[in-house]
This record gives sequence, C-alpha cells and structure tokens, in this order.
Amino acid sequence: MASHTADDPNRRDFIVIAAQAFAVVGAAAALWPFIHQMNPDASTQALASTEVDLSPVKQGQAITVLWRGKPVFIRNRTPDEIKAAKDVRLADLKDPVARNDALPDSARATDENRTKAGKENWLVMVGICTHLGCIPKGQSMGDARGDYGGWFCPCHGSHYDTAGRIRQGPAPRNLEVPPYEFQSDTQIKIG
Amino acid sequence: MASHESTFRPASRAGKWLDERLPLPRLMHGQFVDFPTPRNINYLWTTGGLLTFFLGVQIATGIVLAMHYIPSAGDAFSSVEAIRRDVNYGWLLRNIHMVGASFFFLAAYIHIGRGLYYGSYKAPREVLWILGVVLFLLMMATAFMGYSLPWGQMSFWAVTVITNLFSSVDAVVPGLGTRIVQWLWGGFSVSGTTLTRFYALHYLLPFAIAGVVGLHIWALHVVGQNNPTGLDIKQPSDSVPMAPYAIMKDIFALSVFVLLFAWFVFYLPDYLGHSDNYIEANPLSTPPHIVPEWYFLPYYAILRAIPDKLLGVIAMFSSILLLVFIPWLDTSRVRSAKYRPIYKWFFWFFIISVVALGYLGSKPPEPPYVGWARFFTAYYFLHLLVILPIVGVIEKSRPLPRSITEAVLGKEPAAQGASAGGGK
Repeated sequence: MASHTADDPNRRDFIVIAAQAFAVVGAAAALWPFIHQMNPDASTQALASTEVDLSPVKQGQAITVLWRGKPVFIRNRTPDEIKAAKDVRLADLKDPVARNDALPDSARATDENRTKAGKENWLVMVGICTHLGCIPKGQSMGDARGDYGGWFCPCHGSHYDTAGRIRQGPAPRNLEVPPYEFQSDTQIKIG
Repeated sequence: MASHESTFRPASRAGKWLDERLPLPRLMHGQFVDFPTPRNINYLWTTGGLLTFFLGVQIATGIVLAMHYIPSAGDAFSSVEAIRRDVNYGWLLRNIHMVGASFFFLAAYIHIGRGLYYGSYKAPREVLWILGVVLFLLMMATAFMGYSLPWGQMSFWAVTVITNLFSSVDAVVPGLGTRIVQWLWGGFSVSGTTLTRFYALHYLLPFAIAGVVGLHIWALHVVGQNNPTGLDIKQPSDSVPMAPYAIMKDIFALSVFVLLFAWFVFYLPDYLGHSDNYIEANPLSTPPHIVPEWYFLPYYAILRAIPDKLLGVIAMFSSILLLVFIPWLDTSRVRSAKYRPIYKWFFWFFIISVVALGYLGSKPPEPPYVGWARFFTAYYFLHLLVILPIVGVIEKSRPLPRSITEAVLGKEPAAQGASAGGGK
C-alpha cells in the first residue's frame, strides 16, 4: 500500500471508503431506535380532546381542566378585564405574537386574536408558564395575580396580563392558546 | 514524580504465582501503599478519599433501595414511604442515601475549592482537573434524577423546571427546543414515563462516575499530588509513602466527617431537604416557592438573575463549563495561593460570591434578592474571565521555598534535611 500516492486512488481505496461509509450509515441506523424510543409514542400523541361545560363558570371565575396532561386555564373575564386587555398598546408587549394555535404565526397579540369573536369574555389558554413550565397563580380568588391583573408565576416572577400575555419577567412568550371550538354557547371542545 | 521503585514482594507461593500471571496486588501496592505522597499535604487533601467513600456508600445503599422502590407515577411516592416505614432498616438506608447525596456534594465543593486555592489545575494537571469537572457534571445529573424519584411536589416541579431549560433552544431554532423537551419527557408533560427513564439513568450514571473516578485517579497518579506549596516532589525527602502516612490521615478525617454525617442521618434526616417533597406530585399545582436542593442553589440563582430565558440558561451552564478552561484562564505560573498575595483576596471574594449566590437562590425572585444575585453573578464571571487572567500577569508573587522539605523544615543544611525526610 505504501507505493500508492494520494492522487492514485485504486480499487482498494474505493472499497475501504465504501465499507466505512456503509458502516457509518449502519451504525446511525442502529442508533436511531435507541433515541427514538424516548419520543412520545402514538398512544400519547393521539390527539385526545377534552370537552368542557362552561355553564357553572360565572363572570370573574376561572376553572382549570386537563388536556394532554397539561392544565388549561379557562377564565370568564369581567368587562373591566377585557377593557384592560384591549387598552394595551401592542408596542408595550414583550411578545407581539398572538400564540394562538388557530391563527398563523404572523397574527398580532391583540385581545381579539387571543379569543373567539363574540365570545370575548372567555379566555382559554394552556396554563404553563412559557419560562420553565410552572403553573402560574391567578386561577383562584385569593391568588396573587401579578402587576397586570392576570396571572403571576411564583417560580421566577413572570407577570401575565388579563389576556395571558407576558408583560414582565423572564418568560419569553405569551401563554399558548390551544386549538378549541365552541360546540354550543356553554360548551367547548379543546384539541 | 509518580514513578518509583516497587517495594512489592509477594509473601506466599500463591502470591508469587498470581504476580507472574496478573500482577494486580503489585499494582495496588504501587499505587496505594508505597506511592510517594508530598510530606506537607494538609487535611484538605483528605477530601478525595471522602468522595470515594461516599460514592461507595451511595452505590451500596442505592442498590438495596432499588429492591424496594417502584418507578411509576402511581406507586413511586408510596413506595418511598413504605421504605421509610415498613422495609427492615429502610429508614436507615434511605436516610443514608438521601443525606449521603448532600455530604457527597459538601465534600466535592471543599475538594474543588482546594483545587482553586492551591492551583491544582495548572500544568501538568489540566486533564486531571477537566476529569474532575466531568465528574462534577455527572454528579449533578445523577443527583437531579435521583431527586425526581420520590415523586413529591418538589421532585415533580424540579424536573419540570430543569427539563424546560432545554426549551430555551426554541429562541435559536424554533420548535427544536420543544422537541428536545418532549423527547426527554416521552410526552407533552412530565409523567410516569419520564420518571421511569430517570430511574434507569439514575441507576446507570453512578457506574459511569466510578469509571471516570478511575481515570481521575490514574491521571492523579501519573502527575502526582499537588500540595500546599504547589511545588513538585524533587527529592526523596519531599515525600512519604502513602501508607501509612496519607492513609491514616484519610481515615482520621473520614471518621470526623462521618460523625457529622451520622448526626444528620439519625437526628436531622430531612433538614437539608424540603418539606413540600412529602406532598405527592400534583401536575395541576405548582408549590408557591420552588427551590432546588441546597447544592444547586448558586446555579439556580444565576439562572434567575438574568431576565432573559435563553441567556439565563446559557449563563447557568457556562458558569460550570467555564471551570474546564481555568487551567488556561489563570495565567500565573505560581500554583499555590499561599504565595499569591493578590489572587488570595480574589479567591475569597469568589468563594463569598458562590455562598451568597447559594443564599440568594433560596430566596424568592424579587427585590432586593434579584439585584444582589445579579451583582454576585457578575462577579462570578468577572473573576473567571477577567480577574484570573489579569492578576496572573500583574501580580508579584512571594518568594517560593526551594523545595517541599525546605517549606516544612526551614532552611537547614541540605544533608540534614534529606536524612530527616527519609525516615518520617
């Protein structure tokens, strides 16, 4: 082999490179099941939907339901809270994107884009702080609601307003609005 | 330095027979009996032995706890309670394992602090030091996953917060961070699936630690131990054999440390933990005040000190990863802070900063704590990235003794020093 120079590739060089490439691809293919087994499986991914009866939730009250193992906040907002959310200038928002799964990423974070038209008193959001996944306070009457009257995450001090938008603190995004639809005036289906 | 004449003589015929086939006793004798140890090492040099001891304790108690623990979301919490109440000596084994983790970290922090003070990371000990950082990271991963197993409120929310750190990647590649987090969880939230895999890894990693400890000791025995003067062993009188001198010192220090350990195991087993972890995990309610175990508090304070999610995560990880580069960030050619009048001050500022960050990490994220956390975080990075390189250049070090022997015995006639050192 010593007699062969770099600019003299021969049959053996080709075989060695081809065999090495084959081994690398094979090793990667063999590794994949060991990595992929940790991903959510089909039974977990199956888009479970949750139906929620809203009739017992009076104005100013809030409930938390479970959807895909995650808490979903549903608040029946008061007119004052809706007005406070609408009066915010978009330029004052830390995250200007609506974060509504039903809308494209280009949608602005207006109060209209975070609720359903005609049902603006209902705010439905995944109740997981976009910082590090804690459950913000603000669902119960006695909870601290932060400086903007919405929700407050006690873990690292993120404040959300009455439209669930991040206003202050380390969280990077507004609370996510999951896909949901009204089946009747008093019932929604999440997912 | 580390290479020395072997004094190993197999006593029996069987010993001689084995020595010609697998000279393991010869290897152990050479590395742990007549291995040359600097004659001036102080009690801070017993922490390596302490760490080895606690690794053994954690593995031994962990294996037997695994015989009773059930890694499922439904049973984990009650199985840990059953270990404490029903299993024969379960209370003792669990207390040792739980308090043992804290004391393991306590010993590790003293060990790291000693390395920083005496410049034990400087050439030729860079690889030894880096292996130490690897061990520290493995310890943190193991402790974090172990903390998830009791499946209490703090377990659950600690896992949620720490795994969510990876979602900050979303700020760089949208969607990738979320995919990584869901891969870690095996679902859309922390669940029993997550618990089971953490249990598997918690059982695995200590053996990885044991393997790297082997490399750490190997690297140590190639370059030899540092000592309070930072000087190399240059002559026979600079060193004593490891047994009995260093070994007896190790045993005495271990006895004292274990007394303290036993006090916690028997009288204050839960003092270092959080009472919220005796409430079963509830995915719908975050405890009002989440804190990690005490040994993670300084890093937690750094994470919270920075108001941006991605930058906070980067700062937290780099505060540990920067340790890898200390051998090159410290430009001084003098190892020991004993002879470095300026660095000595900054070293203590650095220790105070880390302790202060630990205190601040245990406090809620609001003024005035956040402001102080920012101040000490800034000093932490300033120390490593700016002060270490500059002080090494501008500092005028104090005169070094010519040898370890001279540092111990003073300036005596060379012949006398050599003969005194050989015997004792």
